[in-house]
This record gives sequence, structure tokens and C-alpha cells, in this order.
Amino acid sequence: MDPKQQIQLSGVEMRFATPDGVVVALESTDINVGVGEFVVLLGPSGCGKTTMLRIIGGLLKPSAGQVRVGNRNLWRGDQRDDEAVQELGIVFQEASLFPWMSIEDNIGLPLRLRGVRKDARRREAHKLCELVGISGFEKRWPRELSGGMRQRAAIARALSYEPEILLMDEPFGSLDAMTRDQMNQELQRIWMTLGCTIVFVTHSISEAVFLADRIVLLSPRPGRIDTVLDVNFERPRNMGMMVQPEFQAIVTRLRARLEEM
Amino acid sequence: MGFLRKNITWVTTPTLIVLFIAGWHFYVVWFEVSKFILPTPGSVVDGLVELFDTPSTYKHTWITVYETISGFAIASIIGISLGALLGKVRWLEKALNPFIIATQVVPKVALIPLFILWFGFGPESKIVISAVIAFFPILTNTLLGVKSVDFGHKDIMISLNASKWQTFLLLEFPSALPAILTGLEVGIVLAIIGAVVGEYLGGSEGLGYLAVATLSAYKVNMLFAVIILLTVVGFALYAAMAGVRRFIIPWHESVLIERQKAAG
Repeated sequence: MDPKQQIQLSGVEMRFATPDGVVVALESTDINVGVGEFVVLLGPSGCGKTTMLRIIGGLLKPSAGQVRVGNRNLWRGDQRDDEAVQELGIVFQEASLFPWMSIEDNIGLPLRLRGVRKDARRREAHKLCELVGISGFEKRWPRELSGGMRQRAAIARALSYEPEILLMDEPFGSLDAMTRDQMNQELQRIWMTLGCTIVFVTHSISEAVFLADRIVLLSPRPGRIDTVLDVNFERPRNMGMMVQPEFQAIVTRLRARLEEM
Repeated sequence: MGFLRKNITWVTTPTLIVLFIAGWHFYVVWFEVSKFILPTPGSVVDGLVELFDTPSTYKHTWITVYETISGFAIASIIGISLGALLGKVRWLEKALNPFIIATQVVPKVALIPLFILWFGFGPESKIVISAVIAFFPILTNTLLGVKSVDFGHKDIMISLNASKWQTFLLLEFPSALPAILTGLEVGIVLAIIGAVVGEYLGGSEGLGYLAVATLSAYKVNMLFAVIILLTVVGFALYAAMAGVRRFIIPWHESVLIERQKAAG
């Protein structure tokens, strides 16, 4: 395997058995994600983008094909490779913070599962709160925070054990438009600070173009890769970029392709 | 006006109580109700004074509280552990479900003579009755709580490679706590009922026995006094349980909402 590749899917397929017969959620798919790359999976609902992310994250075992994370096979028979999973941090659409834990305990949860002591966890949580911009909220209950801040805490939790790969499943999908723009800029900043690899799922075209190094457009029924598109704007990108003709050209092209589906 | 609206219950509650007692008094006096049917509020107060002047009252109260708490403790331990076990082990729940439903449908009060036969006229039989009656809401609520863990939360634990024990300790148990505590709140009230009904039917101790004894002596005002005492005891136990909720799950909506209400 090419050392510069961090995630490698070859011939990955996902079929679900339903009462109406077998549904193909994802047709045989090959894709590679390089070290430090920001890849966005874009597509309408039912295109298998979340399925693909859950497969990369080891939450779903593919019906066929091979998933490699880092330099390891994610699955050995029915067994997940724990060391490969260590390299993955996942952020879901809902922040899914545990309401019975303070923000710092939520952020430190992955470390707690790894046997890290409480004071070390707190220190790490404090640093991460600073990184994601929620300093001063360490001792609060999750329900005392706004949706955007909860999602920041969820990102901090996913980063706590310093995974090399961050998987994000429509993480800002439930936020209002303004908060969403702000979070996208924050995410870019965090990614540039840490230099991690990100695979990001969304159905928002402009979000995809703003964030991505590479956009993978998926089409539905059955889910499969339709188009792969490089986005070469300079970083850091800002919101003003969205009105530029180059940006709009890519958006228009993607929208046209989506409408044909 | 704002002050009045916020503190309206400070006015309405005492007013309603006064109206109720006055209505009661004048009903008895005007319609010449027999004191063996409904004593006046005044004579109930006399009954209360007499009740508290009798040293054995405290012994009876203690016995009832002891039976209730013992029965409730047994019901809690078995109910929570069995509920957690059944919630985790699907096949066991499926296998035992018909029996659980069957035993739940049995009117348990009808079993009391049987328990008295088996465990005697002492406190033991009342503890068993109290435990049996309090057990089911605790079991079913624990089962419900353990089973209804949020899918998103489960995904987090799976993606973090948490062990089964870690998942139980850090996710399933705390997530089930609000439901378990609801079960316990219902359970404590039922435990009192169990103990008191047990005392009605057999034995010579406890507030349930005292109620029957005062009735046999035609001291109806004393019977009212015993009922009031029982209500106070029941309220105290329930309030203690509600306090435990506030202490154990300060993060939960049910507690936060009450706090906001208290803060006005």
C-alpha cells in the first residue's frame, strides 16, 4: 500500500437484507484518502454516503471488499482491529454528548475508556476546549450549551485521543445557517492546526466546496461514486470566497450533476 | 401583580384548606351527622392529640416505617438487578416475559393471607407483602430504562471500542437512572400500601393494625387521626425519594425543570 494513503477502500460493497428483498446501499467502491487530505462525500439522501462513512469508521462491516486504515486491515474476519480503530475519531450529526457528564468529562470520555487518570483527562479536556473555542464551559452540563457549542464539544471528544483521521457525518446538519458557516471556518482552522485527515459527509454543495480538497459525489439507488472533483482554492479559505466566480462554477457544475440524478 | 401571580399558591392553598375544613365542620353540625360516621374536624384534632399522647403510637409508626423500608429495599435490590439483567440478556427476557406478565396481573393483595400463612403474623410477612407489591414497577421501569438507550450514544461507545462493562457503567446504567428512579418513586408508595394492608389483615402491630383497632373501639375520630399520621409518613418517605432523585440525577430534565420553577 502506498504510504501516503491513509484510508483505502477496495471493492467495498454494502447490501442490507430487508423484508422486500436485498437492498444495495453501496455498489462495489474503490477510493483512497491521502494523509492530511480533506475529502468530502457529497450526495442526496440514499446515496450511501453515511453508509460509506460508517464502513470506514468500523461501525458497519462491509458485505464485500477490503477496508484499510493506516496500514492495517480494519476487519479480520468478524473482528475489528482495535489498533486501526484507535486512529479514527468520529463526529455524528447529533453531538450525542452524555447528559449525565459535564462537558470536560464528555470530552475526556475516550481517554477514560483508555485508562487515563482523571487529572490528566481534565488537563487534556481544558486544552481541547481552547482549541475548539468553548473555554470556560468545562464544568457545564451539555444541555446548558447551544447546539453549535455542543457540536464543538463533540469534535473535542473525537480529537481527545489524537486520532490521525476524523470522520464527520453531517456534523453541522442540524445547526442554523450562520452557525454552520462559522463552524465550517472553525473546522478548517482546527484541521490546519492539527494536520489530520478528514472525511466529511454532507448534502450541502457549498459546504462541500468550501471545505474540500477533493469532493466525491455519490449517486443514489444503488449508491455509487458518480464524480470525483479536486478543489484547489488556497487556504485558509474565507466566506467571501463563496461569491467568487471560480467557486460558483464548481457549485453550478455539481448542482447540475445532482439534478440529473 | 407579578409578585401575587408568582406566589399565588401561598394564598390559594391555605384558602382551600380553610374552606374545606369549614365546609366539613358545618356539614357535620347542620346535618347532624353521627360521630360514628364523620367526626368534626375539632374532634379529629382531639384524636390527633390523644394519638400523640399515647406512647405506643410511636412504636406502631416505627414498625410500619421499618416494614415499608425493608420491603422497599428488598424490592429495589431484586427489581433493579433483575431489570438490568433482563434488559441486557434478550433471550432471558423473552423466556421470562410470560411469567412476569402473569405475576403482574395477579391481584397481589389477594395473596396477603397466603403470605401471612407462610411468614406468620409478625413484621416478616408485611415486609414480604410490601416487597412483592413494590417490586413490579421497579422491575418494569428498570427494564424500560436499560432498553431505551439512545442509538447515537451507543454509536459513540461502539466507535470508541468500549468494553461491555464500560458501556454498562458509563452509558446504560446512568441513562436508565431516570426511569429507575421513577420506578422507585412508585415503588415506595406501593411499599407503604403493602405494609399497611398486611397489618389490617393480620398481626398486632403497626399503623394498619392501629387503624383497625380504633375502628373496633368505635373511636372514629382516632381512625381519622391514624389516617392523617399515615399520610404524613407516606409523604415523608415519598419526599425523601424525590430528594434522592434531585441528588442522583441533577442533570435530568425532570430536575432542571423543577429548579427553574423554584427559581421563578
